[in-house]
Order: sequence, then C-alpha cells, then structure tokens
Amino acid sequence: MASIGDGSERQRIAQQRLRVLAGHLRRLGAEERPGVAAQECRAGAGTTEPDDKPPCSVPKRRQDIMKWNGWGYADSKFFFNKKGQGEFTGKRYRLSGLILPSLKDWFEGTFGANLQHKSPAVPSLNTSAVAPPSLNEAFVEELKSTGIPFSHDTEDRVFRAHGHCLHEIFSLRDGRVGRCPDMVVWPNCHNDVVKIVELACKHSVCLIPYGGGTSVSSALECPPEETRSIVSLDTSQMNRILWIDEKNLTAHVEAGIIGQDLERLLNESGYCTGHEPDSMEFSSLGGWVATRASGMKKNIYGNIEDLVVHIKMVTPRGVIEKSCQGPRMSTGPDIHHFILGSEGTLGVVTEVTLKIRPIPEYQKYGSVVFPNFQQGVACLREVAKQRCAPASIRLMDNEQFQFGHALKPQVSSIFTSFLDGLKKFYITKFKGFDPHHLCVATLLFEGDREKVLQHEKLVYDIAAKFGGLAAGEDNGQRGYMLTFVIAYLRDLGMEYYVIGESFETSVPWDRVLDLCRNVKERIVRECKEKGVQFPPLSTCRVTQTYDAGACVYFYFAFNYRGLSDPVHVYEQVEHAAREEILANGGSLSHHHGVGKLRKEWMQETISSVGLGMLKSVKDYLDPNNIFGNRNLL
Amino acid sequence: PRSTWSRKVRSKRDDFEDILEERRNSSDLRYAFKCYTPVLYRGLTPCKAATLKSMVLQSEQLLHVINQVSAESGESTDVVKDEAAAILEEMAHRLQLRTIRFFAYTLSKAFKALYRSVCVNEEGIQRLQQAMQEHPVVLLPSHRSYMDFLMMSYILYTYDLSLPVIAAGMDFLGMKFVGEMLRMSGAFFIRRSFGGDQLYWAVFSEYVKTMLRKGYAPIEFFLEGTRSRTCKSLTPKLGLLNIVMEPFFKGEVFDVNLVPVSMSYERVLEESLYARELLGVPKPKESTSGLLKARKILSEDYGSMHVYFSPPVSVRSLAQGRINRSQFNLTPRHVAQKPSEETQAFVNDVAYRIVRLQQENMVVKPWVLVATLLLQSVEGMELTELMEQTSWLRDLARMFGAFLDWPDHTPCSMVVSSSISLHRNLACVSGSRISLVVEGPQGPETPEEALFNRAVSVLSCASYRNQVLHVFLRPALLAMALSNANSSRKEDIYSCFDFLRNVFSDEFILSPGASVQDFDEACHLLVKCGAVELLHQDVVMAESGRTVLSFLTLLLEPFLQGYQVVCRYLREEATENLTEKQFIPAVRSFAVKLHLSGSLKCYEVLSSDLQKNALNALIRLNVVRRVRTLKS
Repeated sequence: MASIGDGSERQRIAQQRLRVLAGHLRRLGAEERPGVAAQECRAGAGTTEPDDKPPCSVPKRRQDIMKWNGWGYADSKFFFNKKGQGEFTGKRYRLSGLILPSLKDWFEGTFGANLQHKSPAVPSLNTSAVAPPSLNEAFVEELKSTGIPFSHDTEDRVFRAHGHCLHEIFSLRDGRVGRCPDMVVWPNCHNDVVKIVELACKHSVCLIPYGGGTSVSSALECPPEETRSIVSLDTSQMNRILWIDEKNLTAHVEAGIIGQDLERLLNESGYCTGHEPDSMEFSSLGGWVATRASGMKKNIYGNIEDLVVHIKMVTPRGVIEKSCQGPRMSTGPDIHHFILGSEGTLGVVTEVTLKIRPIPEYQKYGSVVFPNFQQGVACLREVAKQRCAPASIRLMDNEQFQFGHALKPQVSSIFTSFLDGLKKFYITKFKGFDPHHLCVATLLFEGDREKVLQHEKLVYDIAAKFGGLAAGEDNGQRGYMLTFVIAYLRDLGMEYYVIGESFETSVPWDRVLDLCRNVKERIVRECKEKGVQFPPLSTCRVTQTYDAGACVYFYFAFNYRGLSDPVHVYEQVEHAAREEILANGGSLSHHHGVGKLRKEWMQETISSVGLGMLKSVKDYLDPNNIFGNRNLL
Repeated sequence: PRSTWSRKVRSKRDDFEDILEERRNSSDLRYAFKCYTPVLYRGLTPCKAATLKSMVLQSEQLLHVINQVSAESGESTDVVKDEAAAILEEMAHRLQLRTIRFFAYTLSKAFKALYRSVCVNEEGIQRLQQAMQEHPVVLLPSHRSYMDFLMMSYILYTYDLSLPVIAAGMDFLGMKFVGEMLRMSGAFFIRRSFGGDQLYWAVFSEYVKTMLRKGYAPIEFFLEGTRSRTCKSLTPKLGLLNIVMEPFFKGEVFDVNLVPVSMSYERVLEESLYARELLGVPKPKESTSGLLKARKILSEDYGSMHVYFSPPVSVRSLAQGRINRSQFNLTPRHVAQKPSEETQAFVNDVAYRIVRLQQENMVVKPWVLVATLLLQSVEGMELTELMEQTSWLRDLARMFGAFLDWPDHTPCSMVVSSSISLHRNLACVSGSRISLVVEGPQGPETPEEALFNRAVSVLSCASYRNQVLHVFLRPALLAMALSNANSSRKEDIYSCFDFLRNVFSDEFILSPGASVQDFDEACHLLVKCGAVELLHQDVVMAESGRTVLSFLTLLLEPFLQGYQVVCRYLREEATENLTEKQFIPAVRSFAVKLHLSGSLKCYEVLSSDLQKNALNALIRLNVVRRVRTLKS
C-alpha cells in the first residue's frame, strides 16, 4: 500500500472531496470500494480471478448493473409518473427520487411530443437474434492455457458491440444487433495483454480494445467486413493503482480503471487527478488516452495529454514506453502523441503514470446571468485573455438554460419558491433581461478557501463588465448536473419519439459566435428540409476556454413522429452540422474523437500527407491490422 | 455541380397589381404620413446611421488596412484614420424617414403624371418580406433609368418593407440639394473608379459589409454598374457582388438572399438622350437646374411600368458544392484576401445568373415587337403587313418564353396602333404605310446631319428591340450558325455557334462556360417552333423554317455588320499607337465615311456601345492587344 500521509486533516479533506464527488456522481455502498493495490499481476501464474482483488464499480458482467440498451445504471432512469411529472429513479444521484414538475411541459413544449405517444423499446435482448460467435479454435485453445478469463456468452458480446451513438442505441431498443465481437477476454494485467496480443498475431485474430464503452464516434462498432474472429479486449479488470509517488506527485495506474474509481481511490490517499470528463462514471483511463479526452476542470489540471507522464502500450510489434519519467523531453517527436488519440488502432494502453494533486481544500459553484449569448462569449473571452478561468467555466445558451430549468426539482418550501420568483423578477423586470435571450455561465472554483474567494471576485468583476449578474451557486451546480444526466434524458426522449445526441468542436475565439449561430441554424434548416415535422432542439454551450479559442458543445434532438427512417434523417442532419462546423473554422473534434463516424473528414483535416504519416505508423506497428477496429484512418 | 445551374423550366409568373390606382383614389398626403412599420430582420441589432459609421471606422478590417497604408506611406495612423473618416463621410447615407415621406409625396405626384400604371407583382413582395426577416437581403434591380432607385424605394415604402440603402454613383453629388436629398433617402455614394486606392476600397467594402452583417437595411445596387443606354442588359460588374457575398463565405452570416428585380418601362424617360449619347453627344452633367428643365417631361405619357420581384436566390444554396468555405480558416477574417479563382468564377456565375433572371422577368410590351420588325425594314412597311408580322412574332416570342404584356381580347391591330400612338415620336403612319420618324431641322441639313438624325431614330428604336433580344438570342445565334457552318453536322454547327457566342459575349449576356447548354436550349426552341429538325448527327432547316430563321438572322445582322466595320477599321486605318480614347471617335468617323459613300447601310455601327463591345471582344480574343504606355 502506498503511504496515506499523516494527519486527520487530510482525511477530512478526503472525506469532503468524496462527498462532493458522490454528490455529482453517485452514492457508493462501502462494500463496493476497491482499495489501492500495489501488487504486481502474478505473471505467468495463470490468473483466473485474483481473489485478493477488491470488486470495482464495473463488474465483468456489465449486464448485472448496467442497461443493455441505454445509458448507465439499470436502476437509474427518468420516467413520467402517473401524474405526468418527471421523476428519476434509483439512489445514486442527487436527482434520484426527486420529482421534476417542469420537465413535462418543457419536454412537450420543446419537441411537440406528447406523453400519449410512446415509442417503447423491446423489453429484453433476444439472444437468438444474435449471430453465433465465429471462434478461432486455435486461439481459444491457447488462450485457455494462459488462464486469462474469457467468454462467448451472447450478452457479454452484445454489451461490447457498441458505444453510445444514437444509431447504436436506437438499434438496440429496436432489438437489432449488428456484428458483435465473437468473444470477450478480461486480462488482469499488462502481461496478460502481452500474451493476448501475441496469440492474436499468431492466430490472426482481430482485437478491439474496450474500456468503458462510452464512445460516441462509432469507435466500438465491429467493422461488418471483418472476416476474422473478433475478440473484444475488455480492460475493466485492470483497475489497480500500482503505486503513488508523493515526492513527484504521480500515480502509476492500470489503464482499465474507470474515472470514478480512480478519483475515489486517490482521494483515499488525499489526492486527485482532477480529470473529470462528463463520462467519468464509466469511461476508463485507457480510453481517455486513446481518444485524447478532456476533463471539465482542465483549466487547473490540464487535459489528458497534460496529465500523462508515462504510457505503456502493447502493440503487435511489441511494447512501447519511454525509459524515464522526465517531465519534458526533447527526443524527437513525442511518441506519446502517437498513442494519444490512436483510438485502439495501434495497440492496448495497459499502464499510465499520471500527475496527481492534493485534494483541493475548498470547492464552490457559481453562476452568472448575461443578457444575451454575445455578452457571455465576450466575458469568457476576457476571462481567457486574463488567464483567470476558474476550474470550470461554461456558458449555456438560452435554450440550454431553459433546459436546465426543466430539471429543477420540486421546491420544498414556499419561501424558496418565493425567493425564486423574486430572483426572476429582479433579472427580467428590474434588470430588463429578455427571458428569451438571457444565458447563464456556470462556474466551479477550486483551491484554498481564501484564493477561491479572491478568484471568485475577480471573475464576477469581469462578468459585471459584460453585463453579467451573479446568479447563485444553485444554478451553477444544476448546470453541471445536466451534463451527467443528459444521456439518461436521451433514453427518456426515446420513449416518446424524441431522438438526439451531442457533438462538439473547438474553434478560435473570433469565430465562436458565428459558428454557434450558423450550426444551430443549419440544424433547424436541415431538419425542415429532411421532413422533420417539429422544430428541433438545437442548442449549444461553450464548455472550455483556451488562450486561442474555445470548445463548443451542441445538443441536437427532435421529435421523429411521421418519419420512416428517423436515424437516417438524424445522421444526415448531424453530417450537415459537421460540415457547417468545418466551414466555420471549427475542428473535427475537441475530445470525442474520430472513430468511424468522422473518418471521412480526416484527410481534409490533417492533409493527405498527415494522413500518410499516421498510416505509416500504423503499418509499422500493426502490419496485419490485428487492431482492426478501423477507426481514424 | 453544373446541373444545379441548369435553368429550371420557366415557372408560371405572378400577377401584377397597379400601385398607382390607390394613389389616384386617396390622399397623397395621408399616404406620405402613413404609419410605416416594416417587418425587420430577426438578427437585427438596431443602430443609428452615425453609430454605423463609428462601427466601420473601428472595425478590425479597416484598422488593419489603415495600419498597412500608414506603414507604406509613412503617414501617421491618425492622418490615415482621418482620411478614412473623410471618405466615409463623403460616402455614407443618412437615411431618414422624413425625407422618404417627402419623396413619397412628391413622387406620387410625379409618377401619376408620368405613368398610366406602375405594376408590381405582390407575390414577389410577400416573398421578399419573408426573406427580409430571415436573412440579409440584397436587392438587384435592372438599371435603365434614373427612376429605378427612386421607384424601388417608393415601392418598398408603399408595401411597408424595410427601406434599402443604395449604392449610387458620385456624379449625383454634383447636384445641389438633390444629392443630399438622395443621401437622406438612403443613397450612399461611391466613386466611379478607385482602382488602386486601398483605403477607399477598405472603407467602402467595410461599410457595405457592416450594414449587411448587422442586417441594418437591405442593400441595393445595380449589377450592371450603370444605366444601360441601349436597354440591353450590360455585362455584370462583380465588385459589389463580391463584397456582399463575402460575409457568407466567411461565416459571418448564415445566408444572404439576392433578389433580382426586373424594372421594365414602356417608355424610358431618357430614350432620346441615350441615343444621342451613343452617337457621341456628351451626356448632360447631372445638375439640379438640368433636372428642373426636364420638368417638361412631366407632361408626356410614358405608358405603364412593370416591376417584378423575382424569388430570392440564396447564396448559400448556390455556393453548395462550389465554394469551400474552410479556405478562410487559416487567416484571420479581418485580413482581406484576394478571392480564389474558384470564388471569382463562382461570383461571376452568380452575377450572370442574376442578370438572366432580371431579363427573364422583364415585361415585353407590344411596341417592342413592332420596333423589332420596323428595324428590319427601315424604309417603312405596309401597315397591314406589320400587323400580320407582329401577330406572328407575338406567337413566336411567347413560344420562346417571353414575358409579354399583351392585352387579352383585343384585336392585334388595336394593340399595334395604340402602341404606335404612344411612340409617335419614333414611328408614324402615313396612309397605309408606317415608317420611322426622323427629326430634322427646319432649314436644309448637311448629309452628316441627316445621317445623325436618322441614326438617332434607329438607335432609339433599337433600344426597344433590345428589350426582347434575350428571348431570341440563342436561337438567333443558332440560325446564324446554320447559315454559316460548313455542313449540317451537329459538331460543325456547334463549333460555329460557339464561335459566334464567343465573339458576342461582350455584347449580350452569355454566361461563360454555358455554351453547350445554350446550344441545347437554342436547338430545343427551334425544334419546338418547327424551324429546324434534328436528324441523328445533323441539324437541318425544316421546310417551314425559312421565315423564323431569316427573321432571327436579320435580328443579329446589325451587330455582325458593326463588328465587321470595327475590324475593317482596325485593319485598314488604325495606326500602331491608337489610344483607347481615340478609338471611338475614329471608328465613328470611319463608319460615317462608309455611310456617306453609300457602302454602308447599317446605323447601329455608329453606336459607341457596340464599338466598345467589339473592341473588348477583340482584346479578349487576343486579336488586339492593349499596351500600357507611360505618361510623358
């Protein structure tokens, strides 16, 4: 075990930190907690199921706790109760068990949906509809002898055959399953992966690494044209923190660990990575590396490429890693950058050394209301210019602000509702903000209490220059909650003929406004042209600020009643939206990655020479295309 | 991508409403003071004309150029800034409702005196209103008369639409009061030429773009650049069109709507002035006193006028698949870039497309057909024959898609005689014959004077024939090709057609690169009217095709002869160092000489417009070379 450090103060901070996390994530039963495990995998000893290993948040049998045809935990979902009020089930989230009185009106009003018109999913997976596995017997035989656990159970395979793109979930709800991996293996450590990759090369088996399964780029889809046996390499059991180095503030972690476990385990030692992508409940460290993930608090902690100090990856050509942990090197192009964003096409990331930080003493949410989106963007730009961005700063447009409001739980006291009314009156009547134009920035500050308060003042002062009014912690916190429950909300929509998804980009500051306006407008137009009967929800927020630009995130959803092929329409509109983004100076992706969904634009994005460079790396590392998910290139 | 450019089958055109009718029945004063509440652009950020100016002066785009100019010239930026401010001051409009109301009143009076009716397609107005809410709108009227922009604003005011800001030539500013009045009714003034003046260009383009981006007002300008003296559409100028499309290319607006407007006059106010101008009598300088003297025109009958608002053309949909907007991703948008070849070609295509849309919806009056026939028999013809031929030509024009304003249930003879009486200054009937009117002095006239007067009549008449040329142009080129090609093989005829088309593409609106489509269209029309037959690889004249084909060939004859004379001049008389300035007078006196000697019968050769076009064609075809000489 790594040293935990001294003093109850640390423990206290850790506890507080845990509460915060549990707050915007989930509540965990104490019995589920894995601990920090420093022991090496018992290489060569034929590990079946190390019994010294604590259970993690995601079991091998994902079907035990997760939905097979939707987002997240099986026990957590939105529904409309008999009175037509929105409700969120389960006990895991702040929203769990609460009544959301405004959800129905917002939902029906925004989409023209009707609670009478339901589009229910098929109740369960019809395993007979799944093609039987095509196994490579020789591979299976040799794999057996290594003792690495594997399965060709249908449910196991189906769970690893998809990410969370709209078309993937839509098909599952319809009971349709495409090409699935033929088997699933669960390596327990780096050496297990080495063996699996060797065997795959030897027997010509296609490997598709699988981490948290949260991909939204069709990256996990099995290429239908693949004729070899496809093996899904599930890293979820490689989930230990191998060591923590307090002198250098680094931790060495197995790449299969998922975000929430990593944070929790580090918290127990008084540390955190601060890397919190919206998917952190389910996404894995290896997945972050493989897609160049970005966390909401990157302003303090950096994005994944800033956080990694060392990466170990198993490729068909062998293991790639650097020989030291120097904080920066001038040794030719950084090989980490071939790995970061390789999307499972080159090998499996098995272990990562990450920077860690002491848990911040104090955390505070906040929010600012702006009269309109332009003012809000101008404020964010100024904040970025002065390099004083809080841990997180996001600007929601008016539609998203209203969306957030639809998720306001029932107010418990007359006093709060009176107070809410007063606030609304102050902003719209006294300050003259148009409720159809105003927009909200949500803020999250972290650090020493004193510094946080200073920082807060600084940011609010800047905001005031752009007409911004402080609008309280509550609005801020609710804004962040939206990102964690949005995927659950999509499942709700799909029960009532509403489909949608999110996509993102990054763009220079001077083009933020134009891009947002044009993309939103393009979506509305395309929907109309493609025969969508109801106006779509087309909304965006600026979610990250950089020196030279920002990350913009779009939500797009529509009511598909009356359409014969809604998914096709959806895909056409999303395609058009992406073209619009590119035409307006936006990037192909800020953090979702390319996968197969956005492959067609890679050449124009990085030039044909650039693409050739990447291809030659692929050809060297994996000439037989063992890692055959066909992402990216 | 070409397929998106192929012209749609002519859809049914809208009906017209006479807007003067109400003016004749209700108070003009009340009309001038009516409640004016136009529907506004939904992305509008309201601002005053003065705020607009400071926005332009503080724009990154302009500051960038100011810094550049200052660095190059060594002047301080403040000096350059002042210069820019002065340019803007000279240029900017000061649109105010008061002035509009004044014009609404006075123009009501004037229009009622001048015109029998002013007809507008109201459906077009409705479409325009819709478009104005959605996206910035650019109004692109045809330009035949000074009346054009007054009429445009008048109509928009009448229908409660946002009033446009109008790009006008600086020459108006020479008129006391009037220039300023125009400025206050939305005109902004640009110099006719400012070739290399980087600062001027920057101020000008930023001014226009700012108004467009902010949705300040619809922007109106004339693609043809100047009034067409011949009533033939002029080759479009691309400068302003480039400017108004750029905000779309750079993603600053979602879309820009271009609205072609066809303004057709039964009689153009400037009719005989134009003919004289074409013959070398200098254009009277715009002056207020000149305007006042022109009051006498108020007592004349100018017939009716038609204004047709075509459906808005979305730049976004035109650019789809043709313009890669990400080409602007790598340079800051305030740094002006020279448009890529792709962009230039696109803008050029759009310009031609718009001019053709203007032409298509130009209303053709019966007199236009009469004038066309009269010009083919300059010595006059029997009235009965004219009636017969006019009726024949009407049917042919209709078949070719002309937008004819021919009264229903009226015998052809009535229609013809009433148009002759409206244009009695041009044609007269004596006995059973009709001929051109030639004004002459009381006393004896020299042969030169006689020639000049006759030419004035012919060119005036030609300005009416020209209004229908776009209908017959392609079939006429084909007819000419048929009579000139070596064989009846389709390839031979096409190559002859293509050659003629190429020669005349400064003279007529012929979209570059659309030769094949034009050929197909011409074939289609001539087959349709039974003039030619397509047999396998051949195009041959049909039995009954002689009348149509000879009419069509005669239609282009004056142009062909004109170009021949220009070529003869260049071959026989021109010296090495002929300057462009000398060219026109020289060709003119060459043509006059030929006329007087009796070896030339064609009068249109005397038109400076034709002479210029011919020279441009010869330069474009590399027959003549333009050499820059240093000024001594």
